[in-house]
Amino acid sequence: MTDASQRVEHWTRTKRLMIITLFLWVVFSFVVHWFAGALNAFSFMGFPLGFYMAAQGSEVIFVVVIFWFAWAQHKIDSETGFAEEE
Amino acid sequence: MKGLKGNFIENLPKIYGMYTGGFLVFILIMAVFEQMGMDADTIGILFVAFTVLIYAAIGWLSRTMQVDTYYVAGRQVPTVFNGMATAADWMSGASFVAMAGGIYFGGHGYLAFVVGWTGGYILVAALMAPYLRKFGCYTVPDFIGTRYGGNLARFCAVLVLVVASFTYVTAQINATGTIASRALQIPFEVGVWFGLLGILLCSMLGGMRAVTWTQVAQYIVLIIAYLVPVFWMSNKQGFGVVPQLVYGEAVMKITELEAMHGLGTLDAVAGAKAGLKALSVPFVAAADGWKFVTLVLCMMAGTASLPHILMRYFTTPSVRSARQSVAWSLFFIFLLYFTAPALATFTKLQLLNPELATGIIGKAITEVNALEWVQKWSSVGFLQVIDGNGDGILQLNEFFMRGDIVVLATPEIAGLPYVISGLVAAGGMAAAMSTADGLLLAIANALSHDLYYKIIDPAAETRKRLLVARALLLVIGAAGAFVASLKLTSILGAVAWAFDFACSGLFFPIVLGIWWKRANRAGAIAGMVFGFLAGTWYLYMVRFAGMDPWVGIDHLRFGMIGMPVSLIAMIVVSLMTEEPDAETQAMVDEIRVPAGKTILGSSH
Repeated sequence: MTDASQRVEHWTRTKRLMIITLFLWVVFSFVVHWFAGALNAFSFMGFPLGFYMAAQGSEVIFVVVIFWFAWAQHKIDSETGFAEEE
Repeated sequence: MKGLKGNFIENLPKIYGMYTGGFLVFILIMAVFEQMGMDADTIGILFVAFTVLIYAAIGWLSRTMQVDTYYVAGRQVPTVFNGMATAADWMSGASFVAMAGGIYFGGHGYLAFVVGWTGGYILVAALMAPYLRKFGCYTVPDFIGTRYGGNLARFCAVLVLVVASFTYVTAQINATGTIASRALQIPFEVGVWFGLLGILLCSMLGGMRAVTWTQVAQYIVLIIAYLVPVFWMSNKQGFGVVPQLVYGEAVMKITELEAMHGLGTLDAVAGAKAGLKALSVPFVAAADGWKFVTLVLCMMAGTASLPHILMRYFTTPSVRSARQSVAWSLFFIFLLYFTAPALATFTKLQLLNPELATGIIGKAITEVNALEWVQKWSSVGFLQVIDGNGDGILQLNEFFMRGDIVVLATPEIAGLPYVISGLVAAGGMAAAMSTADGLLLAIANALSHDLYYKIIDPAAETRKRLLVARALLLVIGAAGAFVASLKLTSILGAVAWAFDFACSGLFFPIVLGIWWKRANRAGAIAGMVFGFLAGTWYLYMVRFAGMDPWVGIDHLRFGMIGMPVSLIAMIVVSLMTEEPDAETQAMVDEIRVPAGKTILGSSH
């Protein structure tokens, strides 16, 4: 593979990962809270679900997503040969 | 520390492990002193004085005369430690002292801050930090100035940075002043300058290196100080071993108690002092969806544009570690932020539940006024009881307090020993100092590196650059303390504004500089200028000129006006003018891959 085609592949995959990550971000930052009232009808671990998502649920998911993102991006970097030498 | 530099990084876990152990021993010693009869005031003084002295010592040991050490800590801060430092940098006096109180009063609607101040890190990780690290800049305007070229773009970025960060830093100096004045029993005006002295000791001699290692130390103090009382209280009152996971029942109980106490049916009682509030918003009921998500968006985009946060990721050894470091930052922040709603819930339950010994709503007013913590906090104007209907019984609408009380007084309400109150004061001080440090350094670095060195005197030698940097730190700190001593704004109003200023002016110029090759100088300048001016104009109109907010976008959310203006201006003007030259486009290609040399040299 040439350097140029590797670059294209690296950037295509990086963009795709960014879009997936931001999709999850939109869902748990905005969508679930928009429907907090409706979600409050459900109960989760004893909490009303809408309240729970704002107090704890979204935050837990953010932490998981961000560690997953760091792992996935490094995978892309190493597989396309753009990871740093350590 | 200077002597064992190479070793120092390897020894970090051991050094901070010993430090943490030492701090725990200090807490135990204080507890023993309390048993032996030492009074609460002395314990408070010892806690604050002892911790501030340690930070100052770290600052002194980290002094430096090298440019890259001063600006980016020599780019050798390990991932997890940078995460802790960022968390301390991030969590301000407002997060520590005011957040739980905000949730106490605002319920679900206020949780928008908790969501907004955590999820923004996803934007930092996915869109910004790794690429800025690859770029190799010292400051955020350094990136703008090099990516787009030209002094005007650099200058606009400096301007937005200074306005956003200065708004924020006065609130932090204010908070250090409040805590210092209460703990050390000195007047607020003196406390502000004492706080500033501590802050400058941490940053002046060693720049970013000193700030990094003091922030790690401050994180350890603040997280212990936040978590210990909550765990202790929860276990003492039988809520469960890990309170954050099991307070669902308490949340449901509060809804019952609110109905029982007639929340929403009572008329407001007049006569409370400024800054004191009675409960009026239901805890659980869902807030307006539009208001919630707009606040979340402004806080998140602001997170990703605030230079004192972004510059922390310039200090890691590699692009990969910058990315991981963002994840660790969020984790360390999460530890406090998912505890705050639990703390607010416990405090509320304790005050509202007549079955608990601590419940005061529904009790006789004479009985409530006889409580020691009520007397103590009333005497400093944090709390007020007004018998509105004259029936001698305390109703929900007759009990006024400041939000800060939730963190500061809950240990006393729950009957924990004084040593816990001293610990909380030290934690609040650490939170406010660490944020103030980061902000002051961000401002001073932008002025000394971008304005002085890059624009005014590019021939200045290292020694002179670093002297200018320190002189600016001193001047800006003094200006911040002066403004803080005037007590112009409440803590939180100003904090939210800083996020709005930052996202209005800087968010799109930074993001598009990385993700859109076609973005050019004219576009970036238009984005910064129009976004910032539109946001500022809207803030002025809504807050000071009496204009009705558009579709519920109040002064806390003015980024909702600034950001779209910035985006549109930047795209339209970029497309109307010539595309960037081949060299710039190649530079953007290089930013996008981790491997290879940084764009700017290690000393520039």
